[in-house]
Amino acid sequence: MSQAQVVQRPERVYTDAELRAPFIYRDDEALEKKFQLGQMKRLFKYVANHPRLVALALIATLGNLFATLFGPYMVGRAIDGAIGQGMTGALVADAVILLLTYALNYVASHYRIYLTNLLGQTVIQRLREELFSHVQRLSLGFFDERPAGSVLVRIMNDVNSLQDLFTNGVINSITNIFTLVGIVVIMLSLNARLALVTFIIVPIMFVVSTRLTLTIRRAWQQVRLRLSRLNAHLAEAIQGMRVTEAYTRQSENQTFFEGMNRDWMNRFLHAQRVSILFGPMVDLTSAVGSMILFWYGIHLLRAGLVTVGLLVAFANYLGNFWQPISQLGNLYNQLLVAMASSERIFQYLDTEASVKDRLDAEALPEIRGEVAFERVTFEYEPGRRAIEDVSFRAEPGQTIALVGHTGAGKSTVMNLLARFYDPTGGRILVDGHDIREMRSDSLRSQIGIVLQDTFIFSGTILDNIRYGNPAASDDDVMAAACAVYADEFIRELENGYHTEVRERGSRLSMGQRQLLSFARAILADPRILVLDEATASIDTYTEHLIQKGLQVLLAGRTAFVVAHRLSTIREADQILVFDHGHIVERGTHSELMQLRGHYYQLVEAQYQFLA
Amino acid sequence: MIDVFRRLRGFYQPHIRWLYWSLGLLVFATALGLAYPYLLKRIVNQVIIAHHYAQLPTLALMILGAAVLKGGFNWSYQYAGQYFGSHTGYDLRNQLYRKLNRQPFQYYDSVHTGDLMSRMTADLDALRMFLAFGANGLASLVLIVVFGLGLMYSMNVWLAVVVTCLMPILAVTAVRFDNRLHPTYQRIRKTLGVLNSGVQENIMGVRTVKSFAKEDNEISKFQVRNGAYFAANMDATQLWKRFFPFIEFTGNFGVVAIVLVGGWLVMHHQMNLGDLVAFLSVLWTLIWPMSNLGFLLNNLTQAVAAGERLLEILDAPDPLAVTGPAHAAVMRGEVVFSGVSMKYGDEPVMEDVTFTARAGETIALLGLTGAGKSTLVNLLPRFYDVAAGSVQIDGVDVRAWDLQALRRQIAVVFQEPFLFSTTIFSNIAYGNPEATLEAVRQAAAMADAAEFIEQLPDGYHTLVGERGLGLSGGQKQRIALARAILMNPAILVLDDATSAVDMETEYKIQQALQRVMQGRTTFIIAHRISSVKRADQILVLDRGRIVQRGRHEELLADEHGLYRRIFDMQFQDFAAVASAGGSVGALRVLSQRGNGE
Ligand SMILES: Nc1ncnc2c1ncn2[C@@H]1O[C@H](COP(=O)(O)OP(=O)(O)OP(=O)(O)O)[C@@H](O)[C@H]1O
Ligand SMILES: Nc1ncnc2c1ncn2[C@@H]1O[C@H](COP(=O)(O)OP(=O)(O)OP(=O)(O)O)[C@@H](O)[C@H]1O
Ligand SMILES: [Mg+2]
Repeated sequence: MSQAQVVQRPERVYTDAELRAPFIYRDDEALEKKFQLGQMKRLFKYVANHPRLVALALIATLGNLFATLFGPYMVGRAIDGAIGQGMTGALVADAVILLLTYALNYVASHYRIYLTNLLGQTVIQRLREELFSHVQRLSLGFFDERPAGSVLVRIMNDVNSLQDLFTNGVINSITNIFTLVGIVVIMLSLNARLALVTFIIVPIMFVVSTRLTLTIRRAWQQVRLRLSRLNAHLAEAIQGMRVTEAYTRQSENQTFFEGMNRDWMNRFLHAQRVSILFGPMVDLTSAVGSMILFWYGIHLLRAGLVTVGLLVAFANYLGNFWQPISQLGNLYNQLLVAMASSERIFQYLDTEASVKDRLDAEALPEIRGEVAFERVTFEYEPGRRAIEDVSFRAEPGQTIALVGHTGAGKSTVMNLLARFYDPTGGRILVDGHDIREMRSDSLRSQIGIVLQDTFIFSGTILDNIRYGNPAASDDDVMAAACAVYADEFIRELENGYHTEVRERGSRLSMGQRQLLSFARAILADPRILVLDEATASIDTYTEHLIQKGLQVLLAGRTAFVVAHRLSTIREADQILVFDHGHIVERGTHSELMQLRGHYYQLVEAQYQFLA
Repeated sequence: MIDVFRRLRGFYQPHIRWLYWSLGLLVFATALGLAYPYLLKRIVNQVIIAHHYAQLPTLALMILGAAVLKGGFNWSYQYAGQYFGSHTGYDLRNQLYRKLNRQPFQYYDSVHTGDLMSRMTADLDALRMFLAFGANGLASLVLIVVFGLGLMYSMNVWLAVVVTCLMPILAVTAVRFDNRLHPTYQRIRKTLGVLNSGVQENIMGVRTVKSFAKEDNEISKFQVRNGAYFAANMDATQLWKRFFPFIEFTGNFGVVAIVLVGGWLVMHHQMNLGDLVAFLSVLWTLIWPMSNLGFLLNNLTQAVAAGERLLEILDAPDPLAVTGPAHAAVMRGEVVFSGVSMKYGDEPVMEDVTFTARAGETIALLGLTGAGKSTLVNLLPRFYDVAAGSVQIDGVDVRAWDLQALRRQIAVVFQEPFLFSTTIFSNIAYGNPEATLEAVRQAAAMADAAEFIEQLPDGYHTLVGERGLGLSGGQKQRIALARAILMNPAILVLDDATSAVDMETEYKIQQALQRVMQGRTTFIIAHRISSVKRADQILVLDRGRIVQRGRHEELLADEHGLYRRIFDMQFQDFAAVASAGGSVGALRVLSQRGNGE
């Protein structure tokens, strides 16, 4: 086995299991950041962006709080006062007040539910939008590195899992903190010493719980991670289902999936196990706290330092003191769960596009079509050169053909021209502008690319062709379809141009899909047209027809054509022959034929196979 | 609603004892919850007020003990609930996956990946959540109400009757709420599915999006879907904000009614004050769980809406399921199509196709784009079934073959190569995971992939990204080809399997294939005459019919046939190429020979 191209990479020894792993999902390592206050602040900023909503929701919540406190008080008053003393009138009056209190509660609940949900949903909606828009603008390198399913899980599931926190968590925390402060103040004013003794356990609880907190957080991170893998696999498995069925791989995949699923379940149950420890822990602390209070209180009582009434009052407040603490504990727990998701969200939001427009980047004016590569080198992964030292120059209106064996680097040149990636070395000029200094959208909107992997969106055929040029009229769309001889088959479909195609254009033959994406590129009316094996799946007959029309279409545009069928390229103004990432020959067809080099061999070889 | 749970029964029934455990423990935890205030009261009354200081340590220990016990029960009942939910969810998810693994191709022509994913994660989670804590919550609510009412009746019949009167109101409210909420939840689940598939498609098509600089368009498409999901959720909120407070108010109204009626009874000496106070305290303990009713109902409705979506997957018909004894045998590879017609839905795409391929023959299919070539070969492994006529292999209708046996002996290289995110080795060994490295190497060599694979720093260990990311188009195709070769099939189907490969490589591959495919039946779909000319039989398809058939020479003889036209076009190219090349002796000779025919 030749290991010629091993570059500065340490020799790795692989196990058989690694070799045979049914599926491998990279990305997604657990983030080992410490629990950061900054991150929490960042989360709460999303809520703080809606001060009016928060304020109104708080008012409504206070209404509820008032009713829950005042209701029992009124009942007590009615019993002790009116009923005890047999005053019917007073009883009715109390009942009316009670009813009014509950009516207030009704109104408050009504608005609280509405406002908190509005708040939660709005924040979630905005956050998701921010995340999606951000991810949308990241470079292809980002998408190369991770499975679609795991990107999806962050935009969808991770964001959704914050919903509870934003809907009720924040508002409840605030009211609980207020309640707590109120009770603390009351207790302090009743008797500072007793109060302090009661509070002493709280910081102790926090210290004790930090370990638990860490465990809980780690546990939920693991859960999110498994979910992400599960999703990555699902996305892939569903799309590759045809292959799975064709190769009857079902039982192996089932085993793999069940393992993954079980793994997720075990992690989830583990997270639950530690998470629900939190409640009992708070309860236990509260019991200990009460004990301390009573022990110390009775000590003071016997010393005659407090009265019986005071101690009884304290005992009654104790329940009120622990209630908000226990609720805050639950909220904290909820926050921990949310942190596992939010750090994943923020990680994406903090990822910068590797291909990024400079701040002072200008829009590219209308392109004339002069393209120059100057000593361009590129590696997708460090140490794995895809192209090396590539230089060429295309004059406006020229057609440049790229030929070479598979994997020679032709598509890579196209990727760099569209600035999907930035070159590792050298530069690319369009009309004399270094494309790194121009806005990439202004560049791409003037380049029409037919990618090697065609991608059809679900939707109508019309919309698909119109994709690059939404303003195009129906007639323009049809003209573009005619130009690539797709019109005929489209018209024969059930609803013609309005036929809905599904994901990736299933329901169309491969060639038909390619024709559509060809039409799409043409309709975008680009200054530079890139055809990366645009006719590979199209029959010779149609291809010939297209080619004739293409002469007209290409007039005045610079075109780059990658093709294995030589018929497509012999008319080119310049042919670049690639081999292992280098340009080994260049010139027109006849020049290259005379050279009797690589190109000549390529042609001769092809000819042999036909005859 | 009941129906959904009845149909899902098989999944939760095996684990139901965990739900019972959870419920039982919940009852204990609730009872212990009552012990705590009782003990506190005793401390106040006996220790503080009555100065029995000696009792403090015992009472204190009891409180601690109660806290520990209650914590234990709380923890265990919650965990038992989660255990129940998770295990049911686990089984359900496995079954969904199994089901998806057996759906016919037709099914995948019409579903969205993102939507299926949403069902298998978000919807399944909604159901799991109900099982994990909604179910025992509801059950304990019922228990509390029954016990509470019983207690009330034992305390005072009149007052209990007043409370009972409220129950129908609550029941009617609950039913109405559920009726209104259900369609809303169906919409929420659906809009979530749509949003999910939108994002999923966007990520898959990100290259296309970027190549047209259409990020802004995609963002506004996303906003519409995100907005629809938001709106559906807010619709649910509109319902909650009407029903939840109402349920709460009904309970509170009960308190007012009891105060009034009870007050009247006390004043008229039908009841003493202490009993009223006791009655009220029972009512309080009833009201809190009542206010939870709305939340639990909500949880339930959501689970039902989600469950319906899961059942849609589970209940999808199984057209490939075997009925009767299936034929499983070693395949020789004789293929007979007789009068085959084929429809996608209602659209006929193939009509009256008849031909016979003897075992070991190479059959080539040629035709215009969309002529039905892929459709024809898809009938062999039953990716689709015929509408009329029959496809027979070794004299047995493919529908009578055991599906496993059939598919294991036919290897198809799809027109669009699909690779999975794993090592190159595992990708090649996809249909034959037990294969040795040596076998994989040989298959790769045959597909002319070994050379480039071995030049990679990690060789066969190289990780391939999703859909073969990190490889060039031709490299992907050759790996897909190696995968088929490794199957060592009786019938090999190459659907335009080398379109992205240069001709020289393609020629090498064909030479290699000819050796291994000796004695096996091969179907080749290609656009290049060079790829099909050596076939034993060439079928030329046009609009779903065979318009020409025969060997290369025979077909060339028909001056006006499609085959000849295509040949001329390709040949003309080479002639032109040759002439441009000027003094290329070998080429001229060959071109003269070509013209001579
Ligand atoms: N996203 C990527 N990440 C890492 N390596 C890549 C990536 N895309 C391509 N490569 C590698 O870069 C090299 C050049 O690939 P490229 O796609 O440019 O070839 P090509 O000449 O277009 O081949 P083909 O004719 O088969 O399409 C190949 O060895 C390929 O494995
Ligand atoms: N899953 C499907 N559902 C509905 N119609 C389909 C489906 N697949 C293909 N068709 C239609 O059936 C016809 C034949 O398609 P098929 O894929 O067999 O063509 P093909 O000869 O393989 O073409 P190509 O050379 O472009 O691959 C086409 O008109 C196509 O639109
Ligand atoms: Mg096809």
